Amino acid sequence: MTPPVLRLDGVRKRFGDTEVLGGVDLTVAEHDVVALIGASGSGKSTLLRCVNLLERIDDGQIWLRDTDISDPRVHADRVRARIGTVFQQFNLFPHIRVIDNVTLASRRVLRIPRATAEATALELLDRVGLAGKAREYPDRLSGGQQQRVAIVRAIATNPELLLLDEITSALDPELVVEVLDLVRDLKNEGTTIVMATHEMAFARDVADRVVFLDGGVIVEEGPAAQLLREPREDRTRAFLARFLT
Amino acid sequence: MPASRETVSDVELGRRAYRRKQNARSVLISFVSTIVFAVIVWITIINTPGWNRVQRSFFDLETAIAAWPRVIAGLWINVQVLFFAVIGVLVLSVLLATIRTLRGPIWFPLRALAAAYTDLFRGLPLIIVLFLVGFGLPGLELFPRNSAQFWGTIALILTYSAYVSEVFRAGIEAVHPSQRLAARSLGLNHGQSMRIVVLPQAVRKVTPALMNDFVAMQKDVGLISVLGVVDAVRAAQIETAANFNFTPYVVAGLLFVLLALPMIRLTDWYTARLRAREQMGSLV
Ligand SMILES: Nc1ncnc2c1ncn2[C@@H]1O[C@H](COP(=O)(O)OP(=O)(O)O)[C@@H](O)[C@H]1O
Ligand SMILES: [Mg+2]
Repeated sequence: MTPPVLRLDGVRKRFGDTEVLGGVDLTVAEHDVVALIGASGSGKSTLLRCVNLLERIDDGQIWLRDTDISDPRVHADRVRARIGTVFQQFNLFPHIRVIDNVTLASRRVLRIPRATAEATALELLDRVGLAGKAREYPDRLSGGQQQRVAIVRAIATNPELLLLDEITSALDPELVVEVLDLVRDLKNEGTTIVMATHEMAFARDVADRVVFLDGGVIVEEGPAAQLLREPREDRTRAFLARFLT
Repeated sequence: MPASRETVSDVELGRRAYRRKQNARSVLISFVSTIVFAVIVWITIINTPGWNRVQRSFFDLETAIAAWPRVIAGLWINVQVLFFAVIGVLVLSVLLATIRTLRGPIWFPLRALAAAYTDLFRGLPLIIVLFLVGFGLPGLELFPRNSAQFWGTIALILTYSAYVSEVFRAGIEAVHPSQRLAARSLGLNHGQSMRIVVLPQAVRKVTPALMNDFVAMQKDVGLISVLGVVDAVRAAQIETAANFNFTPYVVAGLLFVLLALPMIRLTDWYTARLRAREQMGSLV
């Protein structure tokens, strides 16, 4: 049996005196889409940043396939190159063109020749309908287009895992759909995704599993339809109730 | 943006005519007021009791023509010093700024050294640095080169790098931290993130400030004359002493202004362009 793409084992993280992650266990199998939900400050971003080695954990282990990436001896830059990440905003580099944003990691980290990297990038941009914007600078794009480019950039290196941190939270409502549609396409192609989100309808639609975080611990997790419709825990119910009103 | 004449309403045509009239009026008013102002200043000056004496010792055409070749030759030295100093300052200050952003305990000594350096050289008056470097360092006989011009250039680089590195550091810190995170999450290492993502954005942010420092440096190259370099200032001094007439200083001063003008204008233009971009073309 192949190991899961991602496995968190008792992960703890504290900032000073406050424990932000209090022992998180989570397994994400290949082709799984996992939605992290929870109130603001519940630790979703911190969890994703720990997986991406942007934060150092205080206890526990994180496995990316069969690599223990919490081992200080691993090469952090190489691990990050195996994981694609999209943040809430400020993803794109404003001083270089869209195409250079998308090919940057391929060229500089994977050392793929520019011509090859650009061909791949143009193909990806074309698939999301943005090939025409390849030579533009990011500030000429709408927020939704920028986030779609950010997603394309994250998958351009063929990562094993895609982390999405509230990628639609900073967008105007009418731009949210085009970004979520792209995530749906990626799921259908079999991309393994962990995403923090406040879009409950989208989570129910696309996620295989939903994980509810509260105060840095997983209160409840389960199949998306079941957890969102009939949660077992009171805390989950209380959280979800705020979204239905 | 402006639609073709046929499709414009009468109201808009009226507004345009009014604005044209207002514009013409403004140009006329500023023209007349400038002339009146200049004439008043001129008459006041030439009617001061000492004007004739001042004119002879500061604005004497013959002395100016006689001093010209030497002063111009001196200015060429200033330009050379400026050229090498600018390159030196850019290299050293980017290096200093980058060192000060390094994280991790290994880098502590370097970081501390860079911090101490900027503190020291921002505090020291340039003229003291010039004396210490220009007369002190050659005494060590470390380097074969001992020309005053060379050490003057080094002194300028040492002082200005301290300022300019702080400008760069401010620029680096003004780049949104998410940009660094985004770069690192792509797998770029610290050096690559700085070089490819952070520094280029930082440089754009601080370009007007850098251009200003360049203008300041352009005139401070005149201070190397204290080391005995026969630059424009020193040449003017020699000519002044020979003729007991201060006109050569005025000539040198005007030449320095002429040298600086293109950069000053360029700085203003670039700053205005940046502001226009941020304002997105709105009226206020
Ligand atoms: N760099 C940091 N330093 C100190 N506290 C932090 C830092 N980052 C996040 N926190 C705290 O950790 C908690 C979880 O934050 P976060 O993971 O961003 O939550 P979420 O993404 O679910 O809104 C919050 O209380 C936040 O204030
Ligand atoms: Mg968050």
